[in-house]
Amino acid sequence: MSHANAHDLQLDPAGHLKHLLTVEGLGRELLTEVLDQAEGFLGVAQQAVKKVPLCRGKVVANLFFETSTRTRTTFELAAKRLSADVLNLNIAASATTKGETLLDTLRNLEAMQVDMFVVRHAASGAAHFIASQAAPHVSVINAGDGRHAHPTQGMLDMFTIRRHKGAFENLRIAIVGDILHSRVARSQIAALNTLGAGEIRVIGPRTLMPAQVESLGVRVFEDLREGVRDADVVIMLRLQRERMSVALLPSEHEYFQLYGLTEERLSTARPDAIVMHPGPINRGVEMDTQVADGPRSVILEQVSNGIAVRMAVIAMCIGTQNLRGQDAVGDLDD
Amino acid sequence: MTSSKKISIRNGRLIDPASGTDRAADLHLADGRVLAIDGPPAGFQPDVTLDARGLVVCPGLIDLSARLREPGHEQKATIASETRAAAAAGITTLCCPPDTAPIIDTPAVAQLILRTAQRHGLARVLPVGAITQGLDGRHITEMAALKQAGCPVLSQADRPIRNSQVLMRALDYAATFGLTLFLQPQDADLSEGGCAHEGRVATRLGLPGIPEAAETVAVARALALAEQTGARIHFRGLSSARGAEMLAEARRRGIPASGDCSIHQLFLTEDDVYGFNADCHVIPPLRTLADRQALRTAVAEGAIQALCSDHQPHDADAKQAPFPETAPGISALETLLPLALGLVDEGVLTLSAAIARLTTGPSAILGHDLGRLAPGRPADICCFDPAETWVLSPETLVSQGQNTPFLGRQLRGRVRWTLLGGRIVHERA
Repeated sequence: MSHANAHDLQLDPAGHLKHLLTVEGLGRELLTEVLDQAEGFLGVAQQAVKKVPLCRGKVVANLFFETSTRTRTTFELAAKRLSADVLNLNIAASATTKGETLLDTLRNLEAMQVDMFVVRHAASGAAHFIASQAAPHVSVINAGDGRHAHPTQGMLDMFTIRRHKGAFENLRIAIVGDILHSRVARSQIAALNTLGAGEIRVIGPRTLMPAQVESLGVRVFEDLREGVRDADVVIMLRLQRERMSVALLPSEHEYFQLYGLTEERLSTARPDAIVMHPGPINRGVEMDTQVADGPRSVILEQVSNGIAVRMAVIAMCIGTQNLRGQDAVGDLDD
Repeated sequence: MTSSKKISIRNGRLIDPASGTDRAADLHLADGRVLAIDGPPAGFQPDVTLDARGLVVCPGLIDLSARLREPGHEQKATIASETRAAAAAGITTLCCPPDTAPIIDTPAVAQLILRTAQRHGLARVLPVGAITQGLDGRHITEMAALKQAGCPVLSQADRPIRNSQVLMRALDYAATFGLTLFLQPQDADLSEGGCAHEGRVATRLGLPGIPEAAETVAVARALALAEQTGARIHFRGLSSARGAEMLAEARRRGIPASGDCSIHQLFLTEDDVYGFNADCHVIPPLRTLADRQALRTAVAEGAIQALCSDHQPHDADAKQAPFPETAPGISALETLLPLALGLVDEGVLTLSAAIARLTTGPSAILGHDLGRLAPGRPADICCFDPAETWVLSPETLVSQGQNTPFLGRQLRGRVRWTLLGGRIVHERA
């Protein structure tokens, strides 16, 4: 077959990260390196001058074919803190609606000497396609493609879990909601499996489970109370309103009755369990306000951690200094 | 067509599944037809003698589904380019689905295709008329007129009729004129938005799935309606074990239904989609290894009577997009015979059975008398070297469409000569 698989595409011949398209196929060592690098970058936000020069002179283009606020802004901040120049392109409202193909858009941006594309697109496989077509010096980071993957979100969740729980081996992680449509869940599951998590559970009605979901390496629960029992981490997924209009669910009301996280339902989880959500939250649909703002919620922390993880990934792909095996923050010079 | 020469094909291994022939024999052709087998008639002086030593000589292949893209999509391919590819592949008759632009829903479009194909003279092209006007799924076409214009069968291409009442009436009306309907069994709602088999691989890649039930629901509905009306139906492109099983069961009960399988379904599976390989984006989707195995068995046992290319040539741009946004289909004329021979190598079919699925099988489905070699029959002949190995590459492809997942694959079996109505339309030195 003529097409390289994701693993071949993501690593350069020396085995270093070239593109980040999916967590799948990346080894435990590399994922751990991302987490360790991010740990170093966490300190940058605490400095008076929140910048390091690792990507000075590099151009990062945010190529968002789907709208996003959180992901795009945190990528932008991450690139800027690495001293890169950032281009924000809201493609959803421009080129492709005028008939330009994705490939034409890509070629035009390459002609502007862009070093990295951060891509979000509604079609699964879009980031792979762009990476397979991009010029050799260009790196691609997948910021969400269809239902397929959102690897930086998956990694920032791993980062958040590790900061709270340490090692992954003995952890029981419950992921609740719309697994079928969730690129976040797929990336979390792949990362948790690679990092050796003790048990990964998915919880939801059958209409929101993809076919043969167990083949992803998870245990399936249909009852929320059972599913979160003794969990160390509870991850709630966002529920899109449109699921109600295509007969996947009857109503938000029934969904919340069955799968909405409340303090009471959380009581079967471990006392020190943390609650996560990739955002934006639908309060009263996926979870109660008391849980979202409660002591176990680490939702806002996830957002801050997202910047550090995205800095790590960008620096690993296009950083001008060899970070590997070094303390990234130790190289500060401005 | 220009008047043909007298030709003798000598020393070949003649395989004619219709008569059960598989032996060394000479063929003598005149006036576009087979004149004699073995000894030539007294006084026969061939203008040309082809030495077929080491070659198999069989009826020209009949392909039940090949997009030629003309009229309307000439940036992808033309009748000239694709009939040349067909000739190079030993295919002498091909059925062109109605989803051209304009759609084959009037005699004028059917005749345009027939005339253009005749002008190039490289293959018999049978236009498949639309069942409904503009393939809209609501208003049936002037089926009698389409038949008169040269459409041997009718189909909806890949646009299923949602309304069961319309389908039942279409079956009834078509049966009035003895027309078989080709149905690509895929429920419109269950397949909506999907681009890959709903299973392990689609789940991992986050690709919108098409469940097996999209096929079985459509097969069940069509069989029920065929039974109700007594009309003949043909399932174009079965992809699932269960679908093939339902067809076999219906045939045992005497329902006049037949089925074919696109040859790629017997070689690829859902796993080939990994890496978002757009060349493996096909509809119906590539299913599981178990489905592939069951389809092979159904072909071997005759529950599926024909193999076809389901040729869908595309321009490069059509595959240059994220997987779900690429156009489905494979440029497949030139791999039809070699892959069928691959089934012989793998012990699935005998050589004679493989040729039958490419000649007499499809011929019976079309209800015509091509696909056999006997005195008086049209001299549509394929002569191929069953031992020659070669590698499919952009250089060897004759089709304008280069979209095939089999590029780089070593194939066995290569066409030396193709004759259409007694004329040599392809010759490889």
